[in-house]
Amino acid sequence: MRKSPKDMIDSARIVSRRGVMLGVIQAAVIGTLAWRLRSMQVEHADEYRLLSDGNSIKFRLLPPVRGLIHDRNGLVIAGNEQNYRATITRELAGNVDEVVAKLRLLVPMSDEEAAELLAGIAKRSASTPVSIGDHLSWDEFSSIAVNAPALPGVQPESVLSRVYPRRGDFAHVLGYVGRVSDYDLSKMEDPDPVLMLPEFQFGKVGAENKLEPILRGKAGIRKVEVNAAGREMRELSRQEGQQGATLQMTLDAGLQNYAVQRLGEESAAAVVIDVTNGDIMAIASNPVFDPNLFVRGISSADYKALTEHDHRPLADKTVQGVYPPGSTFKMVTLLAGLEAGVINDGSTFFCNGALEVAGRKFHCWSRGGHGHVNPVQSLQKSCDVFYYETARATGIDRIAAMARRLGIGVEHDLPMSAVATGIAPDRAWKQERFDQPWVIGDSLNASIGQGFVLASPLQLAVMTARVATGREVKPRLVRAIDGVPVETPEFADLGLSERNLRVARRGMDAVINSAAGTAGKSRIVAEEWRMAGKTGTSQVRNITAAERARGVTRNDQLPWNRRDHALFVCYAPFDAPKYAVSVIVEHGGGGSAVAAPIARDILLYALAGGVPPLTAYPDGQRGQIEEMHRNMRLITPVATSGGGSTRA
Amino acid sequence: MSYLDYKVAEPPRGIRKFLALNWPLAFLLAAVASVGFLTLYSVAGGNIDTWARPQMERFAIGMVAMLGLGFVPIWFWRGISVLAYVICVLLLVAVDVIGHVGMGAQRWLDLGPVKLQPSELMKIALVLLLAAYYGWLDLNKVSRPLWVLIPVVLILIPTALVLQQPDLGTSLLLLMGGGIVMFAAGVSLWYFGAVIAAGVGVVWTVLESRGTTWQLLHDYQFRRIDTFLDPTQDPQGAGYNIIQAQIALGSGGWSGRGFMEGTQSRLNFLPEKHTDFIFTTLAEEFGFVGAGSLLLLYALIIGFCLYSALTNRDRFASLLTIGIAGTFFLFFSINMAMVMGLLPVVGVPLPLVSYGGTAMMILLMAFGMVQSAHVNRPR
Repeated sequence: MRKSPKDMIDSARIVSRRGVMLGVIQAAVIGTLAWRLRSMQVEHADEYRLLSDGNSIKFRLLPPVRGLIHDRNGLVIAGNEQNYRATITRELAGNVDEVVAKLRLLVPMSDEEAAELLAGIAKRSASTPVSIGDHLSWDEFSSIAVNAPALPGVQPESVLSRVYPRRGDFAHVLGYVGRVSDYDLSKMEDPDPVLMLPEFQFGKVGAENKLEPILRGKAGIRKVEVNAAGREMRELSRQEGQQGATLQMTLDAGLQNYAVQRLGEESAAAVVIDVTNGDIMAIASNPVFDPNLFVRGISSADYKALTEHDHRPLADKTVQGVYPPGSTFKMVTLLAGLEAGVINDGSTFFCNGALEVAGRKFHCWSRGGHGHVNPVQSLQKSCDVFYYETARATGIDRIAAMARRLGIGVEHDLPMSAVATGIAPDRAWKQERFDQPWVIGDSLNASIGQGFVLASPLQLAVMTARVATGREVKPRLVRAIDGVPVETPEFADLGLSERNLRVARRGMDAVINSAAGTAGKSRIVAEEWRMAGKTGTSQVRNITAAERARGVTRNDQLPWNRRDHALFVCYAPFDAPKYAVSVIVEHGGGGSAVAAPIARDILLYALAGGVPPLTAYPDGQRGQIEEMHRNMRLITPVATSGGGSTRA
Repeated sequence: MSYLDYKVAEPPRGIRKFLALNWPLAFLLAAVASVGFLTLYSVAGGNIDTWARPQMERFAIGMVAMLGLGFVPIWFWRGISVLAYVICVLLLVAVDVIGHVGMGAQRWLDLGPVKLQPSELMKIALVLLLAAYYGWLDLNKVSRPLWVLIPVVLILIPTALVLQQPDLGTSLLLLMGGGIVMFAAGVSLWYFGAVIAAGVGVVWTVLESRGTTWQLLHDYQFRRIDTFLDPTQDPQGAGYNIIQAQIALGSGGWSGRGFMEGTQSRLNFLPEKHTDFIFTTLAEEFGFVGAGSLLLLYALIIGFCLYSALTNRDRFASLLTIGIAGTFFLFFSINMAMVMGLLPVVGVPLPLVSYGGTAMMILLMAFGMVQSAHVNRPR
């Protein structure tokens, strides 16, 4: 059916008209699309670019290398070691069960551990690496690396982890690092984002905790590109972090090691201070524990053993522990009396074994009495009655003030955990604490370091240093930061009269170096290291009437945890004091018998700068001392250039 | 009426048809396809074998086929129009009965080496049949109700079958593709006004049906509408594709992030980046300059087709050209509007650019008919 030209012409006209209309409509649609394209790509491009970058560009933190801690001679006492570990990424592993089964051929793993690992892998996102094991041996690590093709998704890697080469020696003073817990984070106001990194180590206790800001360093930042699954595709830029500062402590690793071994299995503490600059040379709390256990994640059995040990190895007895100082407090009472002018170096009191005050009998430790006692003799013989009389005349407020002046009942600023203030009790304190008035009996108890008086071994060492120098010695732990020495302070004069101080020092000298002294057995015979000191025995509780009835009259017949604490403070050399030492042996018995020999030996080691010559000891003890030193496994620290900055 | 008194020239014969082919159109199609090869190479991460090479091979075959079809006399197409339509309807029925289920709908017929989507063929067959219908119909009857009802039924039969699969996007494409031919044929505008009014009513009814017992759309289709209206309410779920597509597109900026440098596509933030969303990769990597150029190429293709149709005095050939160009227009404008967030997400590929063999072959064969109409046009 052919159409006439007329038809074709009409048709062409209609199609043309509608075709043009269609063209206009289509042009309008294309124009709209172009306008929209322009609006998105030209006008709002920046906003979309931001969103796009937000999708694909992520910032990852590079954990900083933790600062090293050296002893005063440059020996590393807290370092970093390569921790070989391996991670597994589910996304890349394919059949996780199979990979873990193969892995168990290389790394020993119990069934429970394997199940735990599989559960951990299932819990995390597919692209998150999960740690298979920390602290792999080099053999395990290298066998994983060699077998990598058979272990898809397994990534051997080596990171730095804290290590304490001296193990328990510095456990209390340095503390340890551990993984940051949610609880740790909740305590911080604005936590450093680096703390959120998995496995990041941070100072939990001790100097590691207190000096955390110095030791941590600054995190580096990596800018990485991630894909939609969150997996890292490439590194766009990298800004290295800054290693934490290297700290040089005042501590002497050799002396610390000696002190720890000398205290042995006792529940005890020892502090050695350089009286000239306040350097804490050693600060030992026994028994010790291995802080490396905590770094690696302590097993519950090990932890239970530590918490249930009746010698409380986890407690830091040097600064956290406070004890009645007993007779070691007598220098405070004596100096308070002398400074107040109520007694002088010639005053005497008569001791007949007890003093009756306010209807109560206060006994001297010597039931038979000491007769006429002057200040020097009062220390030498540790006569209690002399101090009862002195305290009665001086008044508690002046004694408490003297205690604070000598460093007891005040806080010492040390980067250690829970540094105790102790108690130097006075009237206001008792009123506040117990809402009760001070009575004379309280003063008499306080005068001999019993009753309310509490002091830490650190405070007793500080007290001794201040008596020895007459200056306000302040203890310190950090000697240099990143090789820059911490300024050595010029200690202020305590303002005590030299004459009065000399009385106390002569008394302390007599304790050791006179026939009637309470600690004559523990003297140092080398004259250039002549030692002065004071014994102390502080009652934990009285022997009860019931016990007396059962025939218990002596301390060593009591169960261990009810026996007296043994204390001793000392300094040397007498003429030019260098070191002050305090020792407390919990429930050790008598200060002269138990604490004094330990303190003497530690002091001698400090003075000799190593194992002391036998000639420094009294004749009869040399064999025994030699035997003891032979049985100790002492280290001879190799001093690497004083305060060097060895980096891990 | 002087301009109508021209001599009707004889169309070229034999080998001379080769010179009379619409070469500008062929080159434009090749240019668009080349943009596609480049983008496919990029989304495959620089691997030519993944998508670009198969696409190039199919395009080469399709191009030869298109030019070959240009030699076919125009009456042939008119002759097979009814047959093609009937076969396509039967295929659509077959899909409903034995078709392959994919993405929650039956769309594919598995024919050994080729997976055929009869709805793709139907779009062309419908245009062909309607062009033939109006080529045959007396001009005076075009707007009479009975003669309007016939093409409406011809449109609604495949539309209903496709809706059954269910494939809302394609059924709307069929509806609009048929509508374009009827519009071009000169059917009174009142009918179109009425259909648009009815369409608004239907949309309203469909939306109202949600959650009732007579719900007219699948839940996933309603969710697509929701996410179209506010993609941010479900950024990880259904809205994810739209949000990521727009981020990719917008972040391209004026000149783009550079070839193979688009982070959204390279890092897999983009969905379906080699098929329906390929335009976003192009826009991200080549920016407004690149995306705008592609739009311009498309516009030129439409322009050349329209010009060819308007200078063609054969009513059937003219309507066929307009219909095929209109279908092509619907493809790319709906796809672009979708990735730009102007339309809800419907499964419409970007013609000649998206990866897909059969779709491209069918399209190129359709352009073969356009060539045939061009070559044989009475002038």
